[in-house]
Amino acid sequence: MRRETIVNAALALGLLAFPLWAHWAGEPFYITLATRAAILALAGVGLNLALGTGGLVSLGHAAFFGLGGYAMGVLAWHAQMYTPMQVFGMTVPGTKSMPVIWLVAMSGGALLAALIGALSLRSSGVYFIMLTLAFGQMVYYFAISWPAYGGEDGLSIYLRNGFPGLNTLDPLQFFALTYAVLMAVIWGMARLRASPFGLALAAARQSPARVQAVGIGVFPLRLAAFVLSGAVTALAGALFADLNRFVSPSMLSWHTSGELIVIVVLGGVARLYGPVAGAVLLVTLEHVLGGVSDYWQIFLGLGLLAVVLFARGGLIGALAGRAVAHD
Amino acid sequence: MTEPALEVRGLRKSFGAIVASDDVSLDLRGGEVHALIGPNGAGKSTLIAQIAGALRPDAGSVRLAGRDVTGLGTAARARLGLARTFQVSALAMELTVLQNVVLGVAGRAGGAWRFRGAALRDPALVRPAREALARVGLTGEATSVVADLSHGQRRRLELAVALALKPRCFVMDEPLAGLGADGSAEMTALLAGLKAQAPILLVEHDMDAVFALADRISVLVYGRIISTGPPDAIRADAAVREAYLGDAS
Ligand SMILES: Nc1ncnc2c1ncn2[C@@H]1O[C@H](COP(=O)(O)OP(=O)(O)OP(=O)(O)O)[C@@H](O)[C@H]1O
Ligand SMILES: [Mg+2]
Repeated sequence: MRRETIVNAALALGLLAFPLWAHWAGEPFYITLATRAAILALAGVGLNLALGTGGLVSLGHAAFFGLGGYAMGVLAWHAQMYTPMQVFGMTVPGTKSMPVIWLVAMSGGALLAALIGALSLRSSGVYFIMLTLAFGQMVYYFAISWPAYGGEDGLSIYLRNGFPGLNTLDPLQFFALTYAVLMAVIWGMARLRASPFGLALAAARQSPARVQAVGIGVFPLRLAAFVLSGAVTALAGALFADLNRFVSPSMLSWHTSGELIVIVVLGGVARLYGPVAGAVLLVTLEHVLGGVSDYWQIFLGLGLLAVVLFARGGLIGALAGRAVAHD
Repeated sequence: MTEPALEVRGLRKSFGAIVASDDVSLDLRGGEVHALIGPNGAGKSTLIAQIAGALRPDAGSVRLAGRDVTGLGTAARARLGLARTFQVSALAMELTVLQNVVLGVAGRAGGAWRFRGAALRDPALVRPAREALARVGLTGEATSVVADLSHGQRRRLELAVALALKPRCFVMDEPLAGLGADGSAEMTALLAGLKAQAPILLVEHDMDAVFALADRISVLVYGRIISTGPPDAIRADAAVREAYLGDAS
């Protein structure tokens, strides 16, 4: 078996075993921590498709993450207030159903990504980074100045939303749900990366001229990847808001975009399980160092610098070596 | 008579004060190797880029098998059967040799829009790719990462990707660049075998290869074609000798 497969399996099993242990030990806080890691990993998996495979360094993914969060917040808020909302002249009730919320979050994320992508993907390099940052900040300021849904204060939801057949208020069951979503998305990503589309997307990162020369347009390819990426990150946003039962503009801020990039870079850019490794590491550091020092982010910055300078494949690269071609 | 595979009419391109293409017209007929020679900076690569669609001409037109493609982008021209190789290899360096060629097969089949099913497990993609690799003698390197290949192997891989496109015409920018004597001889033999498949517009500095392969030669100097004709006529042309070949040949 390939070394990376073993590392990936160990990560997947470790992320599953830790909350099971916490449950057995009667430490529900650690279950929440693992859930947080799984959700951030999911957001990172979304970003990794654009940033890693596609080479599209987006500093605006908080827009999709926050949009997913607000999809949850707005729908659940209308449901708990028993006030339907008006959408294009139609009266639509809110909902407390996760599958419906996820669908709305993903569609919204895809649409927003299509818009931002269509306007930014003609540029590249630093210009692309700045454009995605600018669009992300526009969404952020829009949320802050829109009083209907809490403005700067955000929205609180009394009860976590429901999923058919599960008690989502039980930390372990909610963890199992997020974990299942994460694994399903990673499975889909693995297939996507091996498909002709994934091959072309990776090739376009390394040599756009080559991809054009074999008859494949680079712009539509990247736009499709950006849309899928936005949808996955929005799904993670909906779950994240559900975990906290709270959504606020901070989910939309550029700090969040930066944090998602940190997760991908720490774990290993373009590695299938990179975001899982990165999210686990980030949540662990946040927990351990956050208790030791208020300035833990300085250590994080130093760690990041070390990864960029010495371990280009991130944690996965350090453990599993260079990426090898997958089939 | 059938239409030429490629027809270039009145192309102009300037970069500031430099006129890189000055009213260039040429055509590529079925079954021929048409070599384009000229000193460094004459505008050969600029011309190739305009033919391939990577660079917009200031004026003029390009027709591919009778169809005006001047307004089309690189990808659309490739889908219409134009296979280009680059002066400086343009390959996906982190992918394997086979993956690079499979990409070509997929592009030709319009298959980049398939999101499911592993590309490397699809015989319809892999079999033609392996055939192309066999033709350029890279079968043994199929699973090597391109970054690990020698320069000569990369030049041959470029050719394999072009072959995988099953094109109507090849447009090659210095396929022999940087190859040693043995490599050049091998590549020349490979190219000689290719023209039965599709005509080749060949930019090349290696005069042995040019005179061995070409059916016609055009000479480009300062963005202008100063002469076009069969190899013997070009060799005898006084203006060409003065401008380019020198008196050694
Ligand atoms: N993008 C560009 N911007 C400005 N000038 C350019 C550009 N591309 C090419 N040139 C100029 O146009 C002229 C033609 O360059 P080109 O690369 O086409 O020459 P070439 O015949 O391919 O030369 P070589 O044999 O060295 O490959 C040169 O003077 C070059 O400096
Ligand atoms: Mg050149």
